[in-house]
Amino acid sequence: MLKKNIYDIYRAHQNQLLDGFPEHVKQLKKTAFDAFQKNGFPHNRLEKWRHTDLSKVLDHDFECYFEPEKKHIDIEKIFQCELPEMDTYTVIQYNGWFLSRYSDLSKLDNGVIIGSLNQAFKDYPDIVQAHFGKYTDINSSAMQALNTAFAQDGIFIYVPDNVVVEKPIQIINILDAPHNAFVQPRNLFVVGDNSALTLVHCDHSLEHKLSLINSLSEIYIGENSFVDHYKMQNKDADSTLLTTINAHVEAASTIAANALILNGGIIRNNINVKLNGPQAKADLKGLYLVDKHQHVDNQIFIHHAVPQCLSNQLYKGIIDDQAGAVFNGRILVDKDAQQTNAFQTNKNILLTDEANAYSQPQLEIYADDVKCSHGSTVGQLDPDAMFYLRSRGICEHSARMLLMYAFASEVVQTIAIDALKERLDNMVTKRLKGELSICDQCMLHCSEKAPDFLRMDIKPLV
Amino acid sequence: MLTIKNLEVSIDDKVILKKFNLEVKPGEVHAIMGPNGSGKSTLANVIAGREGYEVLQGDISYKGKSILEDTPEERAREGIFLGFQYPVEIPGVSITNFLKTAVNEVRKHKGLEPMPAAEFLTLLKEKKKIVEMHATLASRSVNQGFSGGEKKKNEIFQMAVLQPELAILDETDSGLDIDALRIVANGINSLKNKDNATVVITHYQRLLDYIVPDFVHVLFDGRIVKTGGKELALELEEKGYDWIKEEVEM
Ligand SMILES: Nc1ncnc2c1ncn2[C@@H]1O[C@H](COP(=O)(O)OP(=O)(O)OP(=O)(O)O)[C@@H](O)[C@H]1O
Ligand SMILES: [Mg+2]
Repeated sequence: MLKKNIYDIYRAHQNQLLDGFPEHVKQLKKTAFDAFQKNGFPHNRLEKWRHTDLSKVLDHDFECYFEPEKKHIDIEKIFQCELPEMDTYTVIQYNGWFLSRYSDLSKLDNGVIIGSLNQAFKDYPDIVQAHFGKYTDINSSAMQALNTAFAQDGIFIYVPDNVVVEKPIQIINILDAPHNAFVQPRNLFVVGDNSALTLVHCDHSLEHKLSLINSLSEIYIGENSFVDHYKMQNKDADSTLLTTINAHVEAASTIAANALILNGGIIRNNINVKLNGPQAKADLKGLYLVDKHQHVDNQIFIHHAVPQCLSNQLYKGIIDDQAGAVFNGRILVDKDAQQTNAFQTNKNILLTDEANAYSQPQLEIYADDVKCSHGSTVGQLDPDAMFYLRSRGICEHSARMLLMYAFASEVVQTIAIDALKERLDNMVTKRLKGELSICDQCMLHCSEKAPDFLRMDIKPLV
Repeated sequence: MLTIKNLEVSIDDKVILKKFNLEVKPGEVHAIMGPNGSGKSTLANVIAGREGYEVLQGDISYKGKSILEDTPEERAREGIFLGFQYPVEIPGVSITNFLKTAVNEVRKHKGLEPMPAAEFLTLLKEKKKIVEMHATLASRSVNQGFSGGEKKKNEIFQMAVLQPELAILDETDSGLDIDALRIVANGINSLKNKDNATVVITHYQRLLDYIVPDFVHVLFDGRIVKTGGKELALELEEKGYDWIKEEVEM
């Protein structure tokens, strides 16, 4: 079982895990493993993990991928996509490794660098070393420590000063393993001053074994820049997806993060944002639609370190059957962070008696000139609204659909890219109707003739 | 068209309507008046099929058939419309989308194809005029942030679009200014014909100056204690309900 084996796995592959990294990164990785080893995998007795249980998953054995796949992967064959309405630059991550189709690292005309983090350590050591590990606290989270210890590759994106990347960059994370797979991608996104970047992150499984993904993305945003991050999660019931985004935001810059969670086994998303310069802004939104035994957990931490910053959180979810949802929104306002605005909303609709939601705001405010609000609700569909709709001839099923769609669309309607909004809107509608397949999970239109294994056991949310 | 016989209704074990009888024929206008809490909205809700009420006795039949087992949507599709005393705000659902769904579900029930988009838009435009509804209101979420008067106008607008055979209007006149009252009343009148019927629940005789009732019923403590012509409304306006109470107690 992974819970016990992880130490042996580490020891057996330690050389590989450290191979090629500069000395101080090697040291960091070793320290990270020591930090992990202190308490091991998280468990329910920890306050932060009280409602999310990994123990069953960790009882299984998993294989890790310590090398990139050597055989040629004809990605167009296993993953046929076309994108008529949205023009993206696509990057593929295959079992955690950057999949090189043309080269390991490309530098575009505008100076943008996209490719393998592992390669970037060699080709752009200055940029990588200035940021790698700098926004991650390995002592605060066992999973982040473990990711740091095991990190070998992931996506590296660098946007220099004064560059607006017009096309969204789409990262498709493909898991293609005949065994239970444990992967720990590590991404680094560095955006300079006066620049803009849109990222669309999708996960895709090609096999139906157990999977455990523990990914970590560090994002540095210089001054007066904008990063728009979309995450699509539509995984099968056998997958456990633990993701962390650690964002460091400088003055007058914005991080916008949107998570759309449509299916999955266990999903836990951590977003940690440090607002580090005046007028920095964090705009975080999430929508989760879960049923059966699915479990989704959003852990948000916003650190207002300087004055005049703004943070906004809007998380909404519809929970059916025996599914569960957890929301923990922590806001920390430092003593000097005057004129802070921090808002938080979490709304949950439970469709059955067995569905459950835990919502917990955590406010730690040490400044006195602060505007802060938080609200959380857990409830059913409004019976008065249901009767109102039905009294006009709309059947119960359609009335529920209308109300659920309206509830969900508050999040979807804020998406800035029209083509993406339309596509996500369509996916939410399909999800509510029970017509969503995992083939729909990427932003792209998969080929009509998607193989059968891409079709999940799906049922309507109502 | 609507026959209510010996109806007894309770909510949370509290009996609200007792031995209630009412007969409404096509083409008629009935007014129901009565003090606060006498059971007027309860009656309207029970006819429309709202959950939570227990029918202990008696029957409601519509077009010759009992409707007690029917869902609210089945009753609506058969032509029953309830104008709400307190219209519900539904954030995120636009009036246009809501009415399109309603119209097409009713059509589907009748075996008709969905209404073509252009025809539907023309219909909305035409009906908006009836209640002089502001053009932008229909693109907003149902009742969200509407003023009291706008909500009531919106009820009549929906009625105009759905063209019911039996309309039960629960205090559609309260909260309206003098002009809006006239507009709403004219709207109701213009939808009137010899085949449909209207039941207006109101506290004020003023509405009945515009919508002339064939019958005025006084509901008191869950029962109709007096029925008369439109002059009964005038009498109530003048004397209040005390004399009725006394009559009942005697
Ligand atoms: N859910 C409920 N639980 C308990 N009592 C209720 C409930 N709903 C209504 N009632 C009671 O039933 C009685 C009748 O209420 P109803 O709303 O029908 O009165 P009404 O005649 O419409 O009054 P108004 O003129 O104020 O609109 C009132 O005493 C009310 O408190
Ligand atoms: Mg009432």
